[in-house]
Amino acid sequence: MKTLAAPVAGAVGFILLWQVAVWLRVADPILLPPPAEAFTDTWAALVRGTLALDTWRTVQRTMLSFLIATAIGVPLGVALGAKESVYRSVEFVVDFFRSTPASAMFPLFIVLFGPGESTKIAVAAFGAALVILFNAAYGVINARRTRVLAARIMGASGPRIMADVLVWEALPQILVGMRAGVSLALVIVVVAEMFIGSTDGLGHRVINAQMLFESGLMYGTIFVAGALGYALNLLFLLIEKRFVHWAGR
Amino acid sequence: MSIPPRQAAISIRGLRKAFGGQPVYSGFDLDVRRGDILAIFGPNGCGKSTLINMAAGLLATDGGTILYDGRDVADVRVGYVFQNYREALFPWRRAADNIRYPLRLMGLPKPEIERRLERLATSFRVRFDLHRYPYELSGGQQQLVSIMRALAVEPEVLFLDEPFSALDYETTLSLRDLLQAVLKEIGVTTLLVSHDLEESIVLADRLLMLTRRPTTVADDVPVALPWPRGTAALSSPDFVAIKARCLDVFQAAVAA
Ligand SMILES: Nc1ncnc2c1ncn2[C@@H]1O[C@H](COP(=O)(O)OP(=O)(O)OP(=O)(O)O)[C@@H](O)[C@H]1O
Ligand SMILES: [Mg+2]
Repeated sequence: MKTLAAPVAGAVGFILLWQVAVWLRVADPILLPPPAEAFTDTWAALVRGTLALDTWRTVQRTMLSFLIATAIGVPLGVALGAKESVYRSVEFVVDFFRSTPASAMFPLFIVLFGPGESTKIAVAAFGAALVILFNAAYGVINARRTRVLAARIMGASGPRIMADVLVWEALPQILVGMRAGVSLALVIVVVAEMFIGSTDGLGHRVINAQMLFESGLMYGTIFVAGALGYALNLLFLLIEKRFVHWAGR
Repeated sequence: MSIPPRQAAISIRGLRKAFGGQPVYSGFDLDVRRGDILAIFGPNGCGKSTLINMAAGLLATDGGTILYDGRDVADVRVGYVFQNYREALFPWRRAADNIRYPLRLMGLPKPEIERRLERLATSFRVRFDLHRYPYELSGGQQQLVSIMRALAVEPEVLFLDEPFSALDYETTLSLRDLLQAVLKEIGVTTLLVSHDLEESIVLADRLLMLTRRPTTVADDVPVALPWPRGTAALSSPDFVAIKARCLDVFQAAVAA
C-alpha cells in the first residue's frame, strides 16, 4: 500500500495544479478546460465506442509492428552478435538509422509502401527492429566468456552453444531491447496516425479533436495514449522480472 | 621424474606458447601418470592457467604436442572446473539441470543420467536441494555443483583451475576432504592448479613447482603421504618435511 501512496499523491497533485491553472485563467478555457470536463468528454467518447475503437486500432498497429520487429531483430541481432567482427562492420549503419528520427523516414516509406496502412506498420517496425537488434547483438557480445568455454568443454557444438548459452546470456538485454522497441513502435504509430492518411487511431483522434476544438477529448486522448505507453512498459518490466529471474545475481 | 610411456596418461612434448611475442612456454615437457593427481604451483602469471587450458583444448598451442595415450584432446572425455563458479554455472538452469547438461549433450538415456546424478550426490554427501538455482546456493555449494558437473561425464582427465580460491577456509577444508576422497575412489587423472602450497601438497600425488616466465620446472616433488589426508596429516612429520623442501625451492628459484 505504501508503494501506491506516493504515485497517487503525485497524480492528485497534478490534477489539483491543473484545476488551479483553470481557476487562475492561465489559458483560454477553450484550450484548457477543467479536468472534470476533460474527464466527462473522454468518458462519453469511450462509452460511445469511438475512442475505444481508436485505442484498439493503435494497440493493434503497435503490436503488429512490434511482432515484426521482434521476429527480425532478435534472430538477426543474435546472429550478428555471435560474429563480433561482422557486427562491427554493420554497427555504424545500425547506429546511424537508430539515431535517425523515424518521422524523417515517412516520405521514403510512403514511396515504398503507399500511403496506407502498411506504411505505418513498416516505419514503426523498422524503428523498433533496429533497437531490438542493437540490444540483442550487444547481449550476445557481452556474454560471459567462461560460460561459453564451459559449454564447449562439455562437448557443445557451435549451434548448441548458441541455443543453450548465448541466447540465454543475451536474454536480459534482449528483453530490455523489446521494452524500448515497443515504446518506440507506439510513438511512431501515433505520429503516423496523425500524418499518414488515417481514419482511426489515437493519433488521428488527437489531431481531429484539436481541429474541432474538442479540447476535453484531446486531453483525454493524450491521457489514454500516455496510459497505453505506461502500461506497455510496465507489462514488459513484469515479463523481464518473471523470465530472467537470475539477472544481476 | 621419468615415467614409462605406457603408464603416462598425459604426455606433453616441446610445448610452445607466446603472447604478443613474449614467450610463456618454449619447449616444455611433462608426463603425468594415469590416475595421478598433479598439483601445479607457481607465481602469478607464470602460465598455470595457460598450461591447463592448452591441455584441455580451450587454447591453441604455438607448437609441440599434448597427447593422451597418443590421442588428441578432442578424442578424450575431459572435465573442467573453473575458478569462478559464478560465471561457469548456467544460472538459468537449476543445479541438477546444470549437472545433467553434459550428460544430455552426450545423448545418454534418461535413467542413466538420473543414476549418475544420484551417485554423485551420494559420493559428495550433498545435503542441500539440487532443485534450486545456482544463485540460491552458497559459494561452496555452487563450486561443489561445478565439480559434480565436471565429473558427471566420467572424464578420463579432470582439470581444476584454483577451484577453492574464491571460498573461505572452512569451506575449502571440507570441499578438499570430499574431493580427495572422490578423486581417489574413481582414480581419474587430475591436473590441479593451486595458489596454496598446503592445499597442493594435501591433494596431490605429485607437485610441480613452476618458475617465472619463461616458465620451466623448478622442482618436481613426489608426495607419498598416505590417503586419506585429513586435517591431522597437515602436522605429520612427512608433510612438514615436504612443505619445508618446497619452501626452500620456492625461495631459491621462484622468488629469486
Ligand atoms: N589472452 C592473453 N593475451 C595476452 N597475454 C596473456 C593472455 N593470457 C595470458 N596471458 C599472459 O600469459 C601469462 C600467463 O598467464 P596465465 O593466466 O596462464 O597465468 P597463471 O599462472 O594462471 O596466473 P594466475 O596465478 O594469476 O592465475 C601472464 O603473464 C598473462 O599476462
Ligand atoms: Mg590462472
